[in-house]
Amino acid sequence: MSLISFLGAVELGLIYGLVGLAVFLSFRVLNFPDLTVDGSFPLGASVCAAAIVAGLDPFTATVLAILAGAVAGWVTAVLAVRFGILHLLASILVMIALFSINIRIMGRPNVALLGQTTLFTPFEGQAFLSFDLARILVELVVVAVITLLLARFLHSELGLSLRATGANPKMARAQGIDTSRQVLGGMALSNGLCALAGALFAQANGFADVTMGLGTIVVGLAAVIVGETLFRLKGILGALVACLLGSLLYRLVIAFALDVDMLGIQASDLNLVTALLVGFALLAPKLRARMRAAR
Amino acid sequence: MRVDRRSFIIALLITTTLPVRGWAADAPLVAITAIVEHPALDACRDGVIEGLKQQGVAAETTYESAQGQPATAAQIARSFVGMAPAVIVAISTPSAQAAASATKDIPIVFTAVTDPVGAGLVTDLARPGGNVTGLSDLSPLAQHLDLILEISPQVKTLGIPYNPGEANAVTLLRLMTGYANERGIQVVEATASKSADVVAAARSLAGQVDAIYVPTDNTIVSALESLIVVARQAKIPVFSGDTDSVARGCIGSIGFDYFQVGVQTAAIVARVLKGEKPGDLAVEVAQGTDLVLNPTAAAAFGVTIPEAVLSRAAKIVGA
Repeated sequence: MSLISFLGAVELGLIYGLVGLAVFLSFRVLNFPDLTVDGSFPLGASVCAAAIVAGLDPFTATVLAILAGAVAGWVTAVLAVRFGILHLLASILVMIALFSINIRIMGRPNVALLGQTTLFTPFEGQAFLSFDLARILVELVVVAVITLLLARFLHSELGLSLRATGANPKMARAQGIDTSRQVLGGMALSNGLCALAGALFAQANGFADVTMGLGTIVVGLAAVIVGETLFRLKGILGALVACLLGSLLYRLVIAFALDVDMLGIQASDLNLVTALLVGFALLAPKLRARMRAAR
Repeated sequence: MRVDRRSFIIALLITTTLPVRGWAADAPLVAITAIVEHPALDACRDGVIEGLKQQGVAAETTYESAQGQPATAAQIARSFVGMAPAVIVAISTPSAQAAASATKDIPIVFTAVTDPVGAGLVTDLARPGGNVTGLSDLSPLAQHLDLILEISPQVKTLGIPYNPGEANAVTLLRLMTGYANERGIQVVEATASKSADVVAAARSLAGQVDAIYVPTDNTIVSALESLIVVARQAKIPVFSGDTDSVARGCIGSIGFDYFQVGVQTAAIVARVLKGEKPGDLAVEVAQGTDLVLNPTAAAAFGVTIPEAVLSRAAKIVGA
């Protein structure tokens, strides 16, 4: 693996780390299997791209993207909580609706940001930083700030109510927590994060495409589960950092799979190789424990 | 903190220290990528590889597919940049955009991209500048007009139904009007913003035009039959911009054989490999090579397709 492809993996790993955090919030904290992320990731990208092309500054565009994602998550939660639609189904409905909405927002299926001013532009082309490192640095700062804020939030009274809602809704209600409001807020937060990831992806890679949401949930879940299994970090901050590390490892595995050119592996086997490597990473600690026990 | 630190570090070391594939210095590397496995895109890739052989270029090639995921396309682009190939060939718009944002130095030749300017790949088709050039698969409108005139030489006015809400269709209308005016043919527009309006658009053209050209407009194409019924009654021949519509009752069209699109792309790659700068090479438009004709449909309009045209057809449809 070359340095450039390594840095590329780190860059994508950071962006998809935000998706990992979003999925951690919905699946783990709220216990809400949410597929909306497949729609809110491209939603963030579309809103951000459309806003930048329309002449807004990239910072405002990114904030708009986060708000749009939050609305999408809120709609899913309203369908599930207020109208009693099964949560999985509610999120699928919003996800497929977002496909059309994203095309509406962009006016076409693909909007280019190549050559436009993005969040990264002020840092690119600086003498002391290379092209790739500048982007990674910006992403690292954004992801670190978000992670710390999220950890702090989850330790606050509001955050604790959110966690109680997911852990034991009956008990939470008995404690006077309005659980439906917690779900609405938590889902908005989760999808806002996912939209932020989409907005960063579009700005870093120069385009927003309506198909880019495909499999976002799979990547997010992989980050959460790989992180949990391999890095058993303590506490809420630990769990969040584990999601980020899981996402980084997932991207490194793909970079590795792209590099393997032996045993008759062909380009179309990429997803299989990735699945096998992630599966192996998940099994490795167990295998090691078993070997140790046998000794 | 009970990190399984050792397995993580070992995994990291294994993945990062894997040998970078070495390429023979005398054979330049051409790295090809596409967004997804798809018959047309795969044919295009095979065409590029075959075309390079035909050009007599000794080049190593490698190929990766993003399997439908733009995030993977971005990662493939970085991986390619790390290999430092002589040329990156990017098939499809997202793959080309990912490559263009990953490098400003390595030459990129895109192909199967409909609108390179709209996609932000180049600012000027004639002089792209920078490190990007390639081949656009925009509908071969000039060739379509040639076909119409060859089969119905008496055409003086051409009717074009389209949906003003479809950006693609508006572009095609504008370009086709330009080509037609150059040859002294007048274009009559008819708009239909939903498929139910297509009949009315067709009726408005009846009696006004000598032929109808249906561009690749999703609204019109989805209600094509209703247009053809009206046109048959009025004996106005209908031609289409896409080859799939020919079997549905249009006289004919010219489409792409994506293998040939790949071969045409390889010619650009070869020029870059010989040292020309991508920024100096104008973006080419793919040659339509697949002539599809429907003589039965032609007869229904009272038109006979000349033998010279029939003999060139790649495919004859309609019983």
